[in-house]
Amino acid sequence: MADTVRDPPPDGTDFHELEDGEELFPEPAAAPEESQPASLPAEDISTNSNGPKQDLLFDDDPEDLFAEATEEVSLDSPERDVLLSDGPSPAITPITPPTSVITPRIGHAHDDMFTHSSFDEIEEEEGGDSFDIHISVSDPEKVGDGMNAYMAYKVTTKTSMSLFKQKDFSVKRRFSDFLGLHSKLASKYLHIGYIVPPAPEKSIVGMTKVKVGKEDQSSNEFVEKRRSALERYLMRTVKHPILLKDPDVLQFLESSELPRAVSTQALSSAGLLRMVNKAADAVNKMTIKMNESDAWFEEKQQHFENLDVQLRKLHASVESLVCHRKELSVNTAQFAKSAAMLGNSEDHTALSRALSQLAEVEEKIDQLHQDQANGDFYLFSELLGDYVRLLTAVKGVFEHRMKTWQKWQDSQMLLQKKREAEAKLQFTNKPDKLQQAKDEIKELEGKVQQGERDFEQISKTIRKEVSRFEKERVKDFKTIIVKYLESLVLTQQQLIKYWEAFLPEAKAIS
Amino acid sequence: MSVHSLSRNHTLFKLKLYLLCQILIFDKNTDATLQVDISDALSERDKVKFTVHTKSTLPNFKQNEFSVVRQHEEFIWLHDSFVENEEYAGYIIPPAPPRPDFDASREKLQKLGEGEGSMTKEEFTKMKQELEAEYLAIFKKTVAMHEVFLCRVAAHPVLRKDLNFHVFLEYNQDLSVRGKNKKEKLEDFFKNVVKSADGVLVAGVKDVDDFFEHEKTFLLEYHNRVKDASAKSDRMIRSHKNAADDINRIASSLYTLGTQDSTDLCKFFLKVSELFEKTRKIEARVAADEDLKLADLLKYYLRESQAAKDLLYRRSRALVDYENANKALDKARAKNRDVLQAETSQQLCCHKFEKISESAKQELIDFKTRRVAAFRKNLVELAELELKHAKVTTVQLLRKSS
Repeated sequence: MADTVRDPPPDGTDFHELEDGEELFPEPAAAPEESQPASLPAEDISTNSNGPKQDLLFDDDPEDLFAEATEEVSLDSPERDVLLSDGPSPAITPITPPTSVITPRIGHAHDDMFTHSSFDEIEEEEGGDSFDIHISVSDPEKVGDGMNAYMAYKVTTKTSMSLFKQKDFSVKRRFSDFLGLHSKLASKYLHIGYIVPPAPEKSIVGMTKVKVGKEDQSSNEFVEKRRSALERYLMRTVKHPILLKDPDVLQFLESSELPRAVSTQALSSAGLLRMVNKAADAVNKMTIKMNESDAWFEEKQQHFENLDVQLRKLHASVESLVCHRKELSVNTAQFAKSAAMLGNSEDHTALSRALSQLAEVEEKIDQLHQDQANGDFYLFSELLGDYVRLLTAVKGVFEHRMKTWQKWQDSQMLLQKKREAEAKLQFTNKPDKLQQAKDEIKELEGKVQQGERDFEQISKTIRKEVSRFEKERVKDFKTIIVKYLESLVLTQQQLIKYWEAFLPEAKAIS
Repeated sequence: MSVHSLSRNHTLFKLKLYLLCQILIFDKNTDATLQVDISDALSERDKVKFTVHTKSTLPNFKQNEFSVVRQHEEFIWLHDSFVENEEYAGYIIPPAPPRPDFDASREKLQKLGEGEGSMTKEEFTKMKQELEAEYLAIFKKTVAMHEVFLCRVAAHPVLRKDLNFHVFLEYNQDLSVRGKNKKEKLEDFFKNVVKSADGVLVAGVKDVDDFFEHEKTFLLEYHNRVKDASAKSDRMIRSHKNAADDINRIASSLYTLGTQDSTDLCKFFLKVSELFEKTRKIEARVAADEDLKLADLLKYYLRESQAAKDLLYRRSRALVDYENANKALDKARAKNRDVLQAETSQQLCCHKFEKISESAKQELIDFKTRRVAAFRKNLVELAELELKHAKVTTVQLLRKSS
């Protein structure tokens, strides 16, 4: 199975650690791998600096993933930048520094999510151009007023690829521009089997709040959520080697003025047409029964169905966790206030001081919980949400294959009928009708051949796409979950710091 | 496993409490003359039976060491007998232990049994284990509360000599204290209403003695704030538990994903699932410890501060009575009628008031010492436990991820 999932890379070095079974979490039994850098990112780090990293809190695991994280909890770690600027190294994904997770609060922390994974798309590019592009979406600005207002985002591209005219440029785009890009790409590529990443969803409620001008926490969160979603969307799109070269994408990234994508509005004629099409598709899906000759497709479809169900479940649980952590943060803050009051009324001075300290500790912890909740959300929950939506796109691609097959079969059946009609006509004396029939048959034969070719093509494309998708999925999940775990570790370490500071105060009560 | 067998197991749920003193908010009294503890407890359908074990060198008891079985109502009876005893008006009566409340836990077990079909076997076993652990925790807590009550009484120089207390400890038959019937409960309710109204009136009377005046204001404020802190800490801990539950579900989902996935992610997911499982257990422990060290502490001092307030109320009441008796005496002397009667009643009131004042002062000072010690102990332990858990979690996360 491993072979069909991954196309054998021309240059095998990048995936050697996966193929050797040396994964992020090696089995304890795999003794020979212990000598090598045990974890993907550590490969980068340990080659550069094995010595000083040895004196950790937990000596058992000198080459563990979080070598950097345990060394110092203080927020500035200058040596990290040195490591990262090592250029496009053959190793995969160095860890992003802990700083980016803690600061800023609602962070651009997850910006870095895609930066480093871009380094190893090298062997995928047939053009020889190293895949080096980083897109960031920032500075959401409200333009206009009232119901016509919209948020403009700055899309900055930093790249060294020859595909682009400049190395570093930015444009202003609004949400409907993104939707417009997606609909163009979808109409061009979906039906021939390419998995086009879905754009973030429209949210009428969210946007209305922003338009109306409520400058409150929830609308800020909404804008941040959207900004981060747009960034991930663009990065996913450009990671696709075919989509990257698409002129619409290039125009989107480069040109300063973009024609307004009106057809993305929900109530426009195009919108209505889309809805009708969706309904028609749903009916068709139920009526097409395909003769699946290729077990691979059947298996894959089943696999994606299962994955979809599981991911949705996981997503729901993670969302619930985010909710409860936010609640925990609020309740902790309230408790902190209450404890401070209690400390005030306590007349034994040492105890009073200790209680005030407790209140402070709890306040800091509440902040910690808030940050963790954000981490939970932006790292984990959004990843899952993205994949749930991506899977819909994947399923769509499979459906298109079925439709192609259907078309092919239809033209084949039509050809059959015409041939029968022609055979019948041969016995009548209508030469011009016969000629007409012969012409039609020729045409249909061409169509049938085309249909067959289309079907083969889409099947081939889908195979490639699916393998690419799976590779991306594996990478994405690993990277992000590792990051998430890192954030958990950091939270715990902060907790340790706070409680350690409190303990002597508590002991000082006499 | 059906709900019935589950509940049957719980009806015969026995527990040996060796290190119960660890969970005590109150330091156990190690006075050899009278040592009381709860050595065993049995949880039945709707009641808990405590085995009260006494070791004593006092001559009042027939033996030096003995045990009896008591139920919650009997503890309440003992407490009420203290409250109603005029002799003890000058002491802070140790607050009565709260009623053992397994309803919530039982309900959850019920729901679990009903929902058994809708979840996987692993999930079911996991949730069952958790609920059982919760049940156990509540059980341990209620036993601790009852023991603390007894220990406080045993440690008090006057209360420990109370006859009812000795009967409670020694009489090995059922004390036949029936719970209050409806009429009596209603009477209690009215008594409380009258008391609180009276309390307000009496509180308005300014005290001559600075110490008591200060204590009054202090206790009032303190009591309210402890109540608030107790409620907020409960909410915080509940959120914590909810978060731990979520992590549990995430762990199971990851596990399923891991078993289904055919790519490299499968092993990865399984490992991460295990990791989440471990961290969840620790998070649950953190919540439980916070509950024990912080929430219970606050709840206990809520009750104690109420008891202290009650003492002050009684003293103020006695003061008012004394002042009224003085006035009555003056009036009687002026009219020269029933002077002797008025004099004796005034003497009584004076005596009562002075007695209460004297012991109250000591009681309140002791209360403060106890409170400071308890807070210190619990806060230190809380911090140590939090540290321990955070360190363990970090180690787990790091070890697993290499």
